[in-house]
Amino acid sequence: MAEILEKVKIEEKEPFFGPKEKKLLLDPLMDINPITVQILGVCSALAITSLVYPSIVMAISVTLVTAFSNFFTSLVREYIPKQVRMIVQLVIIATLVTIVELGLKALNFPIWKQLSVYIGLIITNCIVMGRLEAYAMANKPWRSFLDGIGNGLGYGAILVIVAIIREILGKGTLFAGSPVEIKIIGNNATYLIDTTTSTMFGWYANNNLMVLPAAALFIIGILIWIHRTINPKLVDIS
Amino acid sequence: MGDFLNVFIKTAFVENMILSYFLGMCSYLAVSKSVKTALGLGIAVIFVLGITMPMNWLINEYLLKETGFFGMDLTFLRFILFIAVIAALVQLVEMVVEKFSPSLYNALGIFLPLITVNCAILGGSLFMISRELDLTKSVAFGLGGGFGWFLAIVALAAIREKIQYSNVPPALRGLGMAFILTGLMGMAFMSLMGIDPAAFTK
Repeated sequence: MAEILEKVKIEEKEPFFGPKEKKLLLDPLMDINPITVQILGVCSALAITSLVYPSIVMAISVTLVTAFSNFFTSLVREYIPKQVRMIVQLVIIATLVTIVELGLKALNFPIWKQLSVYIGLIITNCIVMGRLEAYAMANKPWRSFLDGIGNGLGYGAILVIVAIIREILGKGTLFAGSPVEIKIIGNNATYLIDTTTSTMFGWYANNNLMVLPAAALFIIGILIWIHRTINPKLVDIS
Repeated sequence: MGDFLNVFIKTAFVENMILSYFLGMCSYLAVSKSVKTALGLGIAVIFVLGITMPMNWLINEYLLKETGFFGMDLTFLRFILFIAVIAALVQLVEMVVEKFSPSLYNALGIFLPLITVNCAILGGSLFMISRELDLTKSVAFGLGGGFGWFLAIVALAAIREKIQYSNVPPALRGLGMAFILTGLMGMAFMSLMGIDPAAFTK
């Protein structure tokens, strides 16, 4: 009886979705954003941000992998010997990534082709590993799960912002390749603003720099600049 | 030999791992604060890439493929096996470095074990598979990719050492500037696209 009472007490102390949980979910979007503040996970995804649609797919995949690897690692955290923890974590991550990859291949083959090796590279995405080490190894499964989702979303937010800028300026479209493709500006009548007939935008041409890999780096550099100007606490963090 | 040189030059300069595929950005940004540590990490990456590539090639060819040892299509195990090989080799490199150069070992610190999760290593292996290279070419791909990575990180470290004395806006100091510098370097490396690697072998 006493045991049950104690359990109830603990559950009362930790609500299912309280302010702490909300903080876990929302903080990574801004204050501790994995890309602009923690410098985690810049690696695998910049190359695919030239279009919005694959970026969204990538963001969802990373969120799923981070959340579930956090969850499973947290479940077994007390049974992992310290010396081999990296291997154990990598096996968990690699299994999840394999599932995500095969799922994506079955559901949406063109996008799978476009993302090619970058889906596999989620394994070595520093966010996944970083959050496992920093959070899941010391916290309960449910919170770790939320932490994973939060960080995945923080990463996805930057990815989508970069992709929107790059796609609009570089190709003049939005969500190209998806069912809801919007053609914004271009040189024939299928676009919303047709540069061949428009008197105001006749001068406009797509910026080819935006399609190149270098553009992603410039945009993220500028995003970091803006982020740190708004929030001076982050200056000189690294 | 011709193929070897061809692939080496192509992966080192024209299709540089960092500047055109963003592989290994995390350690690239974090370790590029001084030239000395950048040199050490760069060499470690060349070494690990040069060994893991042929290893993973052999595993893929003789164990995982349908024509391999087990006679089944085991390619779904690719990620797990590759990462296991990489983790084991990095452990090995760590032990060797600790034995022969303790100062380098201390300087590299946490980043040596983190080579395991350096995207350049796994990314190289996955690219090698998706491009269907043969054994010689995959060795060249590994060494060339590692050399390109080495060049990029040493160059960035040298620039960052100099830029410490410049008057950069406070919010842009450190990380922001590193991104923009990498972007500029990427544009400079793009001019190497004009190189025709086949010309070297004639």
